Amino acid sequence: MSLLSVDRLATHYSGTSGTVRAVDGVSLEIAEGETVALVGESGCGKSTLGKSLVRLVDPSSGSVTFKGRDVTAMSGRELQSVRRSIQMIFQDPFASLNPRQTIRTILTAPLAVHGIGERKRREAIAAEMVAHVGLPPDALDRYPHEFSGGQRQRIGIARALILQPKLVICDEPVSALDLSIQAQILNLLVEMKTELSLSYLFISHDLSVVRYFADRVLVMYLGRIVESASTSELWNNAKHPYTQALLAAVPDPSRRKQAAPITGDLPSPHNPPAGCHFHTRCPLATDICRAEDPALRQFGSGHAAACHHAQ
Amino acid sequence: MAKLLEVSDFSVRFAAAEPVKGVSFSANPGEMLAIVGESGSGKSLTALGLMGLLPRQARVGGQILFGGRDLVGLSERELRRVRGRDIAMIFQEPMTSLNPVLTIGDQIIEVLRIHENLTRRQARERAIALLDLVSIPEAARRIDEYPHQLSGGMRQRVMIAIAVACNPKLLIADEATTALDVTIQAQVLQLLDNLRAQLNMAVILITHDLGIVAQWADRVVVMYAGRKIEEGLPDQVFETPYHPYTHGLLSASPRLKADYHYRDGPLSEIPGSIVSAAGEKGCSFRPRCPAARPACSLTVPQLIALPAGRQVACPYVAAIAEVAHVAPVG
Amino acid sequence: MNSRKLGTLAGQAIDFAPQAKIEASQPASETPKQPRWTHIHAPDVRASVSGTAWRGMRRELKVFLANYNALFGTAILLLVALSALFAPLLYPGDPLEMVARPFLWPGQNPAYPLGTDSMGRDVLAGIVHGARISLTVGLAATALGLTAGIAIGAVAGYFGGLVDDVLVKFIEIFQTIPSFVLLVVLVAIAQPTTATVTVAIAIVSWPTVARLTRAEFRAIREKDYVLAARSLGFGHARIIFREILPNALPPLIVTSSVMVASAILMESALSFMGLGDPNRVSWGSMIGAGRDVIRTAWYLTALPGLAIVFTVLALNLIGDGLNDALNPRFSEDR
Repeated sequence: MSLLSVDRLATHYSGTSGTVRAVDGVSLEIAEGETVALVGESGCGKSTLGKSLVRLVDPSSGSVTFKGRDVTAMSGRELQSVRRSIQMIFQDPFASLNPRQTIRTILTAPLAVHGIGERKRREAIAAEMVAHVGLPPDALDRYPHEFSGGQRQRIGIARALILQPKLVICDEPVSALDLSIQAQILNLLVEMKTELSLSYLFISHDLSVVRYFADRVLVMYLGRIVESASTSELWNNAKHPYTQALLAAVPDPSRRKQAAPITGDLPSPHNPPAGCHFHTRCPLATDICRAEDPALRQFGSGHAAACHHAQ
Repeated sequence: MAKLLEVSDFSVRFAAAEPVKGVSFSANPGEMLAIVGESGSGKSLTALGLMGLLPRQARVGGQILFGGRDLVGLSERELRRVRGRDIAMIFQEPMTSLNPVLTIGDQIIEVLRIHENLTRRQARERAIALLDLVSIPEAARRIDEYPHQLSGGMRQRVMIAIAVACNPKLLIADEATTALDVTIQAQVLQLLDNLRAQLNMAVILITHDLGIVAQWADRVVVMYAGRKIEEGLPDQVFETPYHPYTHGLLSASPRLKADYHYRDGPLSEIPGSIVSAAGEKGCSFRPRCPAARPACSLTVPQLIALPAGRQVACPYVAAIAEVAHVAPVG
Repeated sequence: MNSRKLGTLAGQAIDFAPQAKIEASQPASETPKQPRWTHIHAPDVRASVSGTAWRGMRRELKVFLANYNALFGTAILLLVALSALFAPLLYPGDPLEMVARPFLWPGQNPAYPLGTDSMGRDVLAGIVHGARISLTVGLAATALGLTAGIAIGAVAGYFGGLVDDVLVKFIEIFQTIPSFVLLVVLVAIAQPTTATVTVAIAIVSWPTVARLTRAEFRAIREKDYVLAARSLGFGHARIIFREILPNALPPLIVTSSVMVASAILMESALSFMGLGDPNRVSWGSMIGAGRDVIRTAWYLTALPGLAIVFTVLALNLIGDGLNDALNPRFSEDR
């Protein structure tokens, strides 16, 4: 049974300039112990999707089922208990920790809120967690500003894992870090996954990191999933033209001084093109693409793509 | 070919620290030079130093020869004649680098009229031509739009248009594509390269993205903790990195290791962080270096020149490389 | 795969292994496993050692103490506060009592250094006792205004939606009525005592605090650490008081010093017009009493006036100092 199952989730924002369909009918599944990556460029809705799963933003329609229970309808005590099982790691290490709290407070507060142990036990758990993520024990008494970006991200990871969740939504956790620190954090995440039997939803715009880190990849464009495949399948056999363009755009030493052609700008999420959202930039676009929105078609071995012309 | 820019022993010092500690490099016309480093490497301060845009408290040392003239020590007025006309810079965040209350046309025209004697009509025509040059569709209409009406990629193009308006000899791109989506980033880099070739302009690309360097740069300089620690052609440096830091950086980068998956093993790490370089008397990389010897903490390693234009600031590696005629091993 | 070989020197391979060498002086790692704790081996964490609980605020304190204007203001305020505190010791009895010949000029009689007024009352005693009223009303009114303003602003800013709309309208009602007119009306309706004056001033000042608090809460509500708190299942009360409020305080602290200053000015204005507590001496009432003889005995107006000027100036200087110390431009982001 899959750990998380999302069915036609939609999250709309209604602002002054009309409704933005940030997430426009997304369905996906995450199995236990699996790392699923969600890739896309700005405005594709991947961050909103992540937040909708944790109920930081309330979805407008569709359902999210976690371990068989519908999370979208929950509230109060029930939602609080589910919150222990789905946690989130944020992108900006400089904004994700309360600057006026010590690390001890940051880590013990979630335990206190969920009534785990009493003070001594909570402090022991916090100390253990701090050691687990590779920080020295005196870190507990310090404030966030005394740490570097990579270390703050470790604290963020400790905080997310201290309740021992089953699913962790990682929203661009390494994008704001230096290259050499990225490797440290990615290794830490892999280790934690094995130790605590976690599943990850890894949101990122960096395809190279995704290639290393994910088991399966979902590609999003303007609120919709346009392709879904295992990591190796996606890289070797991408079917959707947008995925192909994305892969071609990744800087490649072998293609000296020559960018792969993809024209045009990302359409605004306020005003997505009719039919297939990608048709304005797609080399294969025909009349049917302008008129009809393609559904995800299965191509065998878990590979699906939403394109009229894919084969 | 005469060097366009020759930086010698350039340093930047503040009251409490010296973030750039004597950097030397050069750039030739029409060349794309990449300066690679992580945070704390001093690469951005070096770029600002080239333009004379450092904060008032900064104390600058060394020499910046641009077209034979030393930019260090020029008065503000003389520097203003150089900026925009001979050396131009584009920045990372197009929204904060463009003035939100002026139309993009006004911003381009402003630069043109400061450095060249044009009438308003001539300047406007030049501005439209520039927008065409950077591939902004419907330039004649969009010239009157405001920055917030354009997407991130387009704003970056406008910034490039402003930068190349007066045909500068040198363009400095400080993390200019870091904030862009990858498909837009590819377009912008292609544009920069085209302009480089068309205008015979030298481009200094400051970045932390090794993939961009490998694909677009003609030469690469690697900086760490305020010093240059390696230089060479991208192919050479990425195939056989000499400095342990470069080596560590490449090994830690998932981008340049295609087909490597977490199930195959962990990413190779450089332990610790740049903070460890503070207060190091000898080599700043020593606390994190897998090959450190006791002598490394005594003196700062000097740059050693090797065949084929390569340089490295590590005496042990250089000795091996020189003697052994290093052959690339995968 | 992890180690690139650099080539050979006389047949011996040079190999960069991914492990870091452990420095002798550094603490041993918890376990010898690699590469998990390699990061401990580099002296990473900044050595900002301090055992005090105030470590979080030390930098702000330093900036404030380095500001001469702010120190000057603090000194003056301290002087005013001390004289207010020791007023009954320095000048026991009622300052409204006649004690000497009227219209003594300052310096004429060393027993009454600032002279006497039209009724023969000691001006210095009046000023010292007046300080009590000014400071009491100033601080109390500000405290009340802050409490009400923060409470309403926090709720409006945090919950948003309908609650916010309703509360904003409520704040707007108070802001559209001219504050001084409202003040006068309130005091005129109720009995003119120190307490009613205090409450009236609080009623007039809370809307500004509410707006400021609401703006801060709206901004901080979207920060990642608040999102993290929500995703961890924290309740509303905990988020408001432990996560958001401590970070919203800096601009409120700055505003509060200016609020005390304006409260003092408002109280003086009321007393000047005779709407204050008739049984108490206040700087404003002294100015009002000296109004008729301003051409001849202008010191009766000038001296309490100067007292007000210096106190308000001191508070403004302190406010500026606090602003510099707590200003987000110089400090870490909130």
